[in-house]
Amino acid sequence: MKGTEAFKEIIPLLTDEPVIHANGFICRESFNQKDREGNFYMIGSMGLASSIGLGVAMCRPNQKTIILDGDGNVLMSMGTLAMIASAAPKNLLHIVLDNEVYESTGNQRSLSKSIALDQVAQGAGYPHVKKVTKKEEIKPAFEELMGKSGPSFLLIKVEPAFEKSTGRVTHTPEEITSRFMKALAATDGRSPL
Amino acid sequence: MASSKQFADLLSTKGFNFYAGVPCSLLSGLIRVLEDDAQTSYFPAVREDAAVGLCAGAYLAGKLPVLLMQNSGLGYCLNAFTSLNLIYRIPVLVIMSWRGEGGKDAPEHIIMGEINQKLLQTAGMCHSVLSADNYQEALDAARGKINEGLPYTLLVGKGLFDEGH
Repeated sequence: MKGTEAFKEIIPLLTDEPVIHANGFICRESFNQKDREGNFYMIGSMGLASSIGLGVAMCRPNQKTIILDGDGNVLMSMGTLAMIASAAPKNLLHIVLDNEVYESTGNQRSLSKSIALDQVAQGAGYPHVKKVTKKEEIKPAFEELMGKSGPSFLLIKVEPAFEKSTGRVTHTPEEITSRFMKALAATDGRSPL
Repeated sequence: MASSKQFADLLSTKGFNFYAGVPCSLLSGLIRVLEDDAQTSYFPAVREDAAVGLCAGAYLAGKLPVLLMQNSGLGYCLNAFTSLNLIYRIPVLVIMSWRGEGGKDAPEHIIMGEINQKLLQTAGMCHSVLSADNYQEALDAARGKINEGLPYTLLVGKGLFDEGH
């Protein structure tokens, strides 16, 4: 499955969850398929989508938080997997699109061809971990993990086949911050999950 | 010497309500106070830049975060400060211990101790040096920048706070 196809499966499943996007094609693809105010597009600071997502999840326990991460980002910040497992936010789903390369910078190989990131997450202590390789598997796996008491980890193996012409996020970083915070504030006052 | 408890209380009074970091002996008393207080939680990050990310997420979710760290972690944080906090206007109060101040410390701290202020300044990170007689002013200055959406660093030299070990 191509990364683009994985996004086509995931995006319709989102409601009003805050979604923290890793830098690179993950931001660009998601932005171009369907921009949402609750999307935090991390254009720089590689490796930090997971810790940003953890911070959001810890401070917003009454709603689900989703991290859309990449293999390069996860490998850069493997220690954050330990932070997530230790903090154990029930409301966090960590999705990793794993194409085994640094695609935005020219398809240089990452280590995830030989390092099973789902096993790493399991070893770190995520209570629920799934790996999918076919697009039909995404929806049931997503729904199952969203129904669990997390943190949960969904590894989606994809081919490195993003469209190179996919545009960059056009919002300024400041706009991304303010609309994301506004989207979160609009969901205030809900009862615990 | 100043009391970690008094300073922690002052942080709460100023509205700070999320704490994370990587420890330093110079901050050990302050971290202990934060850990022992049920009203404040301190989360131990694995590395300083991961704490920057964590604090950024907390801010986005409506908290006012404080990052506690040693200056040895500044290098790890520069990319996060410049490509996240500064351009997204995501503030954080950084309480950074100043190892190597005045060239007197273990060898690994000497170079960073000499350049940490220059690095902060070059990166466009507002900062000041905390002392026993400028708590209020320093925290007010920090709050001013934070209200503008900017990070602010308070450098803490050896002996300012009681050490908790």
